[in-house]
Amino acid sequence: MAQRGIREYDGKKMLAKNWSDYFSTDFKYPGKIVLVDPTTKLDDLPKKYPWLNKEKLVVKPDQLFGKRGKHGLIKANATFPEAKNWIKERMNKETTVGKVTDKLTHFLIEPYVTHDKEFYVAIKSNRQGDTIYVSNHGGVEIESVWDTVAEIQIPVDQDIDKITIEKHLPKDTPKDKQKMFASFIKGLFKFYKDLGYAYLEINPFVVSGNNIVPLDLVARLDDTAHFESGTKWGDISFPAPFGRKLSKEEQYIKMMDEKSGASLKLTVLNSKGRVWTMVAGGGGSVIYTDTIVDLGYREELANYGEYSGNPSTDETYEYARTVLDLMTREKDPKGRPKFLLIGGGIANFTDVAKTFTGITMALRDYKKKLKDTNVKIFVRRGGPNYQEGLRIMRELGKELGIPIEVYGPETHMTRIVNMALEGN
Amino acid sequence: MAAKKTTTKKRPEYTLMDKHTKAIVFGYQQRAIQRMLDFDYICRREEPSVVAIVNPTREGTHKCFWGTKEILLPMYRTLAEATKHHKEADFMVNFASFRSAYPTTKEALETNTIRTVAVIAEGVPEHRTKELIRIANNKNKWIIGPATVGGIAAGGFRIGNTAGQLDNIVASKLHRQGSVAYVSKSGGLSNELNNIIAMNTDGVYEGVAIGGDAYPGSTFIQHMMRYEKNPDVKMMVLLGEVGGTDEYEVVEAIKKKKITKPVVAWCIGTCSKVFPAEVQFGHAGARAGADRETADAKNKALKEAGAAIPKSFDDFDEQIKKTFDKLVKSGKHKPIPDVEPPIIPVDYAVALKQGMIRRPTQFNSSISDDRGEELRYCGIPISKIFEDDYGLGGVIGLLWFKKKLPKWATKFIEMVVLVTADHGPAVSGAHNSIVAARAGKDIISSLVSGLLTIGPRFGGAVQGSADHFTKFLYAGEKPAFMVKDMKNKNINIQGIGHRIKSVTNPDVRVEIMKNYALKHFPNTETLDYALAVEKLTTSKRNNLILNVDGCIGVLCCDMLRGIGYTREQVREFVDLGILNAFFVLGRSIGFMGHIMDQKRLNERLYRHPWDDILYLMPDKPEVVK
Repeated sequence: MAQRGIREYDGKKMLAKNWSDYFSTDFKYPGKIVLVDPTTKLDDLPKKYPWLNKEKLVVKPDQLFGKRGKHGLIKANATFPEAKNWIKERMNKETTVGKVTDKLTHFLIEPYVTHDKEFYVAIKSNRQGDTIYVSNHGGVEIESVWDTVAEIQIPVDQDIDKITIEKHLPKDTPKDKQKMFASFIKGLFKFYKDLGYAYLEINPFVVSGNNIVPLDLVARLDDTAHFESGTKWGDISFPAPFGRKLSKEEQYIKMMDEKSGASLKLTVLNSKGRVWTMVAGGGGSVIYTDTIVDLGYREELANYGEYSGNPSTDETYEYARTVLDLMTREKDPKGRPKFLLIGGGIANFTDVAKTFTGITMALRDYKKKLKDTNVKIFVRRGGPNYQEGLRIMRELGKELGIPIEVYGPETHMTRIVNMALEGN
Repeated sequence: MAAKKTTTKKRPEYTLMDKHTKAIVFGYQQRAIQRMLDFDYICRREEPSVVAIVNPTREGTHKCFWGTKEILLPMYRTLAEATKHHKEADFMVNFASFRSAYPTTKEALETNTIRTVAVIAEGVPEHRTKELIRIANNKNKWIIGPATVGGIAAGGFRIGNTAGQLDNIVASKLHRQGSVAYVSKSGGLSNELNNIIAMNTDGVYEGVAIGGDAYPGSTFIQHMMRYEKNPDVKMMVLLGEVGGTDEYEVVEAIKKKKITKPVVAWCIGTCSKVFPAEVQFGHAGARAGADRETADAKNKALKEAGAAIPKSFDDFDEQIKKTFDKLVKSGKHKPIPDVEPPIIPVDYAVALKQGMIRRPTQFNSSISDDRGEELRYCGIPISKIFEDDYGLGGVIGLLWFKKKLPKWATKFIEMVVLVTADHGPAVSGAHNSIVAARAGKDIISSLVSGLLTIGPRFGGAVQGSADHFTKFLYAGEKPAFMVKDMKNKNINIQGIGHRIKSVTNPDVRVEIMKNYALKHFPNTETLDYALAVEKLTTSKRNNLILNVDGCIGVLCCDMLRGIGYTREQVREFVDLGILNAFFVLGRSIGFMGHIMDQKRLNERLYRHPWDDILYLMPDKPEVVK
């Protein structure tokens, strides 16, 4: 729950849908735009969107990454058949953008707008309010022309209608555009605020006759504003960032997480790593992972994993099985032991013994594999009924014949990292 | 407990909460309220920290424990009322949901009396929090949160659920004031901080978890400046996080010597650099955008400014210890001694769970259990009831007899319900229901009005026949004896005789039931007996047949025998009125049908016509001398 990126398509669609509520009737945004995903039947599109066959088009991927032009991922001034082929050639193909590689799955198609001048506007949330950035030199990386950008800070309780935006526009704003820009910016600001945006950047937008057309749009919504602004958002999704391809196991945990009221997170960083974590609590899990990295075992760190918010026994069982399965698939090639850190801070009101039930069930299931792959287990936890929880773990170690070292709150939270990795 | 109107002495600006703080709790969070009061108790506070509750759906009082005694806390529907009666409360613990956190916090900030609001809810829209921050700043007030567990003033005041269970609180020495104040983003880690600080110093003075949102209502620096001004705070601990730049305000303050007390700091999330693409950690604010927002950069900046920074979280405890020991060694601080806390009363539920106490129950129940994952009827989960198609008869079998009945029995029970479901509008029960319904009474009153007529004369024949026939049958008396004996006693045999039906014009209902039983019941001794009696009575008069009530009565007894009850047990069932139970069950269907029928027909109040009443009033009363 936080500020989350949305597709360019959704941002533009939202703008078109709510246009008349926020913008003067003097100018328009036609909002002609189509999103193509792997299930889209490209040949059927012109029936629904006749303009596809009538106008020249622009096509580009819509997966929350920028600099598409630089990576040769924009096809401009294309006919529909050309656009179609261009998409077909790229759909579901692995593509590298910067340092990340992922499949291209979403593309947007828009009319190609001929224009001579490109403008820049962005609005960004900050603690005191929001800042509007405007420049008459859009279409480029804005940092490279930062001295042309005018900043307008709008305090939280400021009514934007009481501000003469014209006065704050960059000095080089064309005279004939000042009124239009001021009106557009006011409208955009109200749209941004009303719909719970945290960040909205249009770089560039162009003026074409009576139309203002955003060519490229990047936006983050505050997803907690859903209950206030959801109807204005329409049916939108918050896609995972490009490059966050999930493995089968990660996908499985993500699915459980979405269904559950509890929180279950798993990221596999290096399945050959020897150090696996299964930590209760969001903060605690970060700290364990930090400590492994900070102690110099970055190469050995296998995963980031967290469970919290009182998951059911079934959920912790499934979660633990998933982690145990991953970590016991193969032996360390050098025959060294692997480590499982079942860590956590001091719980507030969660019954520690109860949360261990699912984990102990999974450990029993994997008894043989744990032995075969030479796994050593370290436990550290505090909170309600922790003595019983630790006792269960200790007994389990004896029962399974697997080394399980068990510690309570009297031992510093991350000391088991040290014990496991440094043998201290 | 009456609201105390005592005004507490003016506290210094830097104190948000202490052992005199009085709070209003918004939201009927009974457990959190009890936890606050329990904390008060082990801190030996003189008065409870919660003075009132705002519960938008109910007003009145809330009963809770103050140590081992019970007290009543006033409960109001609106904050306005709560603040009107409790001007002494300058703190609000706001448990409102993410939807109503904004309006309720705003209202609290706009009062004259409340100075600090702790907002617990997670998921408050960021632009709403920003508005609240604006209001708080303008009015010189404080917000802790949103998305936090709250905070704690050791030995004084606990916000809601902060610091967990009492045994943990005592283990972390929070029942008395120490000298180390901390501020953390994470609430989940505050227990750990309390523990670390307790083990390595003389304990926590105060701890605040500012919450995981991008725009916390109050920031690290605001709290650290309070700690700086507070002479009782000797050192500070800061636990920051990857994402955002709020920690740099602390860096600046240390550099500019606005903060001069020792600071031990650490920002978590140093592992973010090993993640290939953006991985969302738990907190809304925990996401490194620019380099400046990484934990590594912040830790470095804090270190350069002069804070004590560990190499990793693993030696955070050592850094804290070292810093504290240095303070003590330098003579600037004398460690605060430990205090023995009072004995903590154990909650009944907890003690029970731990097997420490027992208590005899006052209620026995042996047919069903609504606790646990799924409702169970006599051990059978409700899902299984549907899977195995128990049907109405099967469920009655489970709940009335605690038996899984064979098909012939469940079908018979269902036949009884069907056959007794209705007997037209004219019978006394249906008539009563109709009259009550027409008087505008609700469905339950109308139904009960009908049911109340069931007894010896109406519908009671089912019960009566079972009683009469089994009494003679079980006593080993011949049918002829029964007929004679009842005649001598001048009692009509219940279940014998019909107004219209006769031997030559049998009641089809009786035929169906009778034939079913003869075909399917393992035992029909009572029916056989009743039929033998019928033979004798019909020889006297054609219409003295076994009627439908009688048939049901005797067959129910045979069914009970057939499902394994002894004659004695059957009598027990008869005596406790099981036959009436069958009749009431079935006939309720008809009564409710009549009631709804009347209501849908929009029938008016029924008034019996005069000409249908014979008025026999005498001219004058008999005078009693």
